[in-house]
Amino acid sequence: MSGRSPIALRRLLALCRKESYQIVRDPSSIIIAFLLPVALLMIYGYGVNLDLTKIRIGVFSEDPGAAATQFAAALTGSPYLEPHFAASRAAMDGWLMAGDVRGLVILQSDFGARLARPGATAPVEVITDGAEPNTANFVAAYVQGVWATWAAGRAADQGLPARQPIEFIPRYWFNPAAISRNFIVPGSMAVIMTIIGALLTSLVIAREWERGTMEALLSTPVTRTELLLSKILPYYVLGMLSMALCVMIGVWLFDTPLRGSLLLLALYTSLFLGSSLGLGLLVSTLTRNQFNAAQAALNLAFLPALMLSGWVYEISSMPAPVRAVTYLIPARYFINALQTLFQAGFVGRILLQDGLFLVASMTFFLGLTALNTRRRLD
Amino acid sequence: MPGRLLTLIRKELQLAFRDPQSRRLLILPVILQLALFPFAATLEVKNSVLAVFDQDQGAESRELTQRLAAAQAFSTLLVVHDQQDLARAIDEQWALIGVEFPADFSRALAAGGRAQVLAVIDGRRSNSAQIAAGYAQSIVDDYSDERATAASQPPASRVVVRNWFNPNLEYRWFVLPVLVAIITTLGSLIVTALSVAREREQGTLDQLLVSPLTPGMIMLGKTVPALMIAFGQATLIALAAVFIYRVPFHGSPFLLYFCMLFFGLSLAGFGLFISALCETQQQAFLGVFSFMVPAVMLSGFVAPVENMPLLFRCLAWMDPLSHFIVIVKGLFLKGYDIGFIWPNLWPLLLITVFTMSAGYWMFRRRIA
Repeated sequence: MSGRSPIALRRLLALCRKESYQIVRDPSSIIIAFLLPVALLMIYGYGVNLDLTKIRIGVFSEDPGAAATQFAAALTGSPYLEPHFAASRAAMDGWLMAGDVRGLVILQSDFGARLARPGATAPVEVITDGAEPNTANFVAAYVQGVWATWAAGRAADQGLPARQPIEFIPRYWFNPAAISRNFIVPGSMAVIMTIIGALLTSLVIAREWERGTMEALLSTPVTRTELLLSKILPYYVLGMLSMALCVMIGVWLFDTPLRGSLLLLALYTSLFLGSSLGLGLLVSTLTRNQFNAAQAALNLAFLPALMLSGWVYEISSMPAPVRAVTYLIPARYFINALQTLFQAGFVGRILLQDGLFLVASMTFFLGLTALNTRRRLD
Repeated sequence: MPGRLLTLIRKELQLAFRDPQSRRLLILPVILQLALFPFAATLEVKNSVLAVFDQDQGAESRELTQRLAAAQAFSTLLVVHDQQDLARAIDEQWALIGVEFPADFSRALAAGGRAQVLAVIDGRRSNSAQIAAGYAQSIVDDYSDERATAASQPPASRVVVRNWFNPNLEYRWFVLPVLVAIITTLGSLIVTALSVAREREQGTLDQLLVSPLTPGMIMLGKTVPALMIAFGQATLIALAAVFIYRVPFHGSPFLLYFCMLFFGLSLAGFGLFISALCETQQQAFLGVFSFMVPAVMLSGFVAPVENMPLLFRCLAWMDPLSHFIVIVKGLFLKGYDIGFIWPNLWPLLLITVFTMSAGYWMFRRRIA
């Protein structure tokens, strides 16, 4: 074998053609590459909405007085809350237990009296459904907001000075209305690329071993590089086509801003696909069993891309050992780069750092796969 | 008859535990997920960086800066000295939030006028940023309140918040019960879906068909081992949740397994449907996957179902996972009895009947 070039174009093309036929013939690859991304983007774009719209809360006021009625009316006026008035305290507890409402607001019978008495404090009791911690936080914040406005209005009516001399004025850069879809949609593209890159390819080499066609392939003069390239290139093309579809849907259907250059987007997608394909092929080469390869790819590529990539869950909030693990997840860098490319445009430091890590992980996975691909039967 | 069925079940279990690699793949991922995800899946914001641009340098702005820095959300304070640096800190994601005190901050406070704190927030990560901004806002409000109180009298009213079922709003208490449901999903679906496709691809299905086993028995023989594996994995997670992570379990374990049985069956029915339909393992795996990812996304795990548009709420209703998650969380945190479970149990039973029938129908059509 010495002295032979590692790639003969004719053989490589023939192998790529064989692999492409296999992709096109199998409806499952096409479904995964084109139908699943559309379905997922629809779900992520329309279904996964972290910005709570209207939260249902139960309200019970034991005080028929004017102040309590006014406060209840203020709750009704909030664009974030949908108050349901209860006839009794016990009925409302049942609602919270069943999850029909996510919070309760209770005004005791002496609310108005305490409000009027100088030196006394009238409590607005809020009970949230801790089984939904994120929603619980929002309930508390929204009721607090309604209360603050109501209290300021009362103070103004009585001619008292405003109680809040310090104003907090937030401005959201890149995403002024703080729409969660703008980061959910680009992030979901990384998940979709993981599915195509790692899950789909995790099966391909394992399948050749399982079906015995690998032995047939090895008995031909095919080199290791050709074999690997023939598994990478067709799936790379498939991934890029799928990404193009995702970007079109994201930009045209969901109005996700795309402020960075398309060329850079293609470059980062290529790098990420490279490392995902590498991981998929590595798993496939090591297990030689489709069932195990699929399981391994699911756990090594897909779930980390979902949970440890900083897409939905903030990495800085994780404890240090888990944070350390996230550095090994290629999706982390791709999602970070996507967020910047879509929403901010060009930020040199971030793109450089993400690019370097992606190149490193691509080299690592493809290199390991090459090392583990032996041209022999054992 | 049951003897034959038992033999088939034993064969399936032997297949699953046959070689070290397969054994490892049944247990390692569960342990890995158990170790990582409860810590990873949190929507709280902790240890983020706060950039401060203090043009005022007055006592009040410094006091407020210190209070912000003391919050758990912000572990690091990044002091910047001009507008450009502040912009860079946000652009390059050195900081999640930048707070700017205008030069007239303390003067405005002293004069009793409107003092402003400006915050620039990284909208690329709008959810975490919003949560962090909420923390900052409440710190500023508290400070502001304290100053006002010191100046005049105590506030006439205030909001008192209590969180039921999870007093400290620990995200882990939410994640672990959900993880029980998700692990059961993975086990029941993947094992059943790949089982028939694998036999078909390897040519052993014909051997099974010439045996005296009926299609119903073959189906049962594929379902029972998958459920056993799923139950084993789910039990591991549930035990770890209670004994390692100290998540309270207020419901009855019997109800948990009762509901888990129907949940597992509903998924196994679907898995077998896919398995009978598909020619190869690849198709079966990808088929399962195309079902599973949307099912997890619509289940209320990532975002609450009640936030979704009507069409997606309908889809979520058909998703067995969305019902099971409510049940598991209810059993763990809220101490649900059968009365509270019923509104989610009957849809689950309905789905089970539907997917099992569909699975059986496809099985007979394509195999027998």
